[in-house]
Amino acid sequence: MTGPSTYKPTTNFTRWLDSRLPILRFANDTMTTFPTPRNLNIWYTFGAILTFFLAVQIVTGIVLAMHYVPNSDLAFDSVEDIMRDVNYGWLLRYMHANGASFFFIAVYFHIFRGLYYGSYKAPREILWILGVIIFVLMIATAFLGYVLPWGQMSFWAATVITNLFSSLDQVIPHLGTTIVTWLWGGFGVSNATLNRFFSLHYLLPFVILGVVALHIWALHVPGNNNPLGIEVKEPQDTVPFHPYYTVKDAFYLSLFIIVFAIIVFYAPDVLGNPDNYQQANPLVTPPDIVPDWYLMPFYAMLRSVPQKLVGVLVLFGAIATLLFVPWLDTSRVRSGNFRPLFRPFFFLFLIDCLLLGYCGSQSVDAAWNLGVFSIPLIWVARLGTIYYYAYFWLVLPIVGLVETPLPIPDSIARSVLGPRAAGVAPAE
Amino acid sequence: MRKTLLVLGLSLAATVTFAQPSTDALPPKHVSFSFEGPFGTYDRGALQRGFQVYKEVCSACHSLNHIAFHNLSEDGGPGFTDEQAKAIAASYRVAAGPNDQGETVDSSGRPLTRPGTIADHFPPPFANEQAARTANGGALPPDLSLVVKARAGGPQYVYSIVTGFHQKPPSWFKVLPNKYYNPYFAGWNISMPPPLADGSVKFSDGTPDNLDQEAHDVVTFLTWASDPRMEERKRLGLGVMAFLIVFSGLLFLSYRRIWRDAH
Repeated sequence: MTGPSTYKPTTNFTRWLDSRLPILRFANDTMTTFPTPRNLNIWYTFGAILTFFLAVQIVTGIVLAMHYVPNSDLAFDSVEDIMRDVNYGWLLRYMHANGASFFFIAVYFHIFRGLYYGSYKAPREILWILGVIIFVLMIATAFLGYVLPWGQMSFWAATVITNLFSSLDQVIPHLGTTIVTWLWGGFGVSNATLNRFFSLHYLLPFVILGVVALHIWALHVPGNNNPLGIEVKEPQDTVPFHPYYTVKDAFYLSLFIIVFAIIVFYAPDVLGNPDNYQQANPLVTPPDIVPDWYLMPFYAMLRSVPQKLVGVLVLFGAIATLLFVPWLDTSRVRSGNFRPLFRPFFFLFLIDCLLLGYCGSQSVDAAWNLGVFSIPLIWVARLGTIYYYAYFWLVLPIVGLVETPLPIPDSIARSVLGPRAAGVAPAE
Repeated sequence: MRKTLLVLGLSLAATVTFAQPSTDALPPKHVSFSFEGPFGTYDRGALQRGFQVYKEVCSACHSLNHIAFHNLSEDGGPGFTDEQAKAIAASYRVAAGPNDQGETVDSSGRPLTRPGTIADHFPPPFANEQAARTANGGALPPDLSLVVKARAGGPQYVYSIVTGFHQKPPSWFKVLPNKYYNPYFAGWNISMPPPLADGSVKFSDGTPDNLDQEAHDVVTFLTWASDPRMEERKRLGLGVMAFLIVFSGLLFLSYRRIWRDAH
């Protein structure tokens, strides 16, 4: 898709610059004239939304770091000072804390869109893998950031998550404990832990930024996938990125920001946990230690396994599985629209992830009461975990082999424009 | 397959739970406040009366660490004048040592204090956690400047706790020694004695001084203490929403126009 460059410098200065550092040519070819399939739908706008939210998180985070004190005696109060005494500090912090949630909302839409339209299939395997790496970095960054306010949930989430590594004691005695002590910088979650978590929380977003650059680079080599899942074949199939997709992305981004603003201004604490407004206290364990909502599905998987090491492996395996998706799906057809057998499994998988998230948000002994029966949620989570794995390791390979796909259109342009296609000139 | 289902069914049946008396907290009472909703603001009268309740009753045991005296006269707060805030500050003694001679205690060994200024925060009632626990039968009265945000249920929860006393416990429930029955508190045994009753404070503005009114006002005050920037936040939010809606409308029109011939 990256054809010959169409950039033509028009002034003496741009000609001079172009022969030394063709940065304007690069910007023009990647952001302006970049040929983009003309049939991208609303689900393809989340890439732009994610880029915007990465910028929001970095900018608000840098300003918050000017006021935040990464010291276990002062951190909690410094966050309250930001909320009360720093000009618009409440706005910065509420944007940053809720921005993380909206970042994850957007990334989940983005991932499920990729799973449905087969965006991970050749030639986009590396694009997909870079996306999985970004997702892992996002989880790490979000977890580190959750610890910084040094509330009760911060402290105890840090304790629980770092302790996952102590399960390695079951492989080599003392190995896990040694790693956990090394992670903590002491014999418990302490000031040393908070300091290094702050340092890493500041570092990782810039690593994400770098991988995002690779992700976009890898996108621009084969070009966008599209809802039909067929390759671009002729100029008519595409429109230039600008203005067609800049305006479309901007419109949907604006709608997304409206929802974000409703939360930031009118319900800023609704996604948080009240316990985190209590200062960390190593002597008082909260009744339920829970991560933020976006990690609930993985938390449910972890808790559903009685054996700790296996639980940890199930948790990490669930994310690592995503790396293999390009090779697990045996179907040559990309888009779920043309895969009648795949579709119900996909939507069941979507429901499964939501259900796992629900299970993770409930207390560990919660149950559904159905009259005489009560179904413990831990069993719901176990079935949910089994389906999560089965979807990738059984459904995707087998369905691709036995399924008869629907007839696939041969042209993006004809499928979008119908009979007009022949007469329409390629958009300038 | 049938056998698997049977095993599954049996294991589910084995987990049937039998009803037993629960001491989970009751759901908070339904009570409405002026600060609810996207346009809600704090009722200034309720804030000032609530401050009186805090000062005369709650502050005997509970700190208000995150609130400074100057907050009392800031926009979106109780609406005291600067002079009133200074007078309130001056009525408190705050820690002052060491003095110019390096002394931290006076001639009789008490820590040095001075009258508060508006830059000071509310002084806590106890010097440290141990002193607070000793004075309260081992229990620690929580700081109140974040209590509304730090409890699920928020204002309704705090209101329910404050008004949830004065009831007869069910016959099977044992109230522990030095504890009080309050079914809105998890476990139903609370260390705090009933803090308010009809007539606990005398409101100077003629508002009836019954328990409900006192509780309602002090919860309004504590909600402000948890979230003193709420009015600023909602005011800015209104402008941001108006801008975003108009901006989205313009973007939509641009989008339709640009895509007019492309699909």
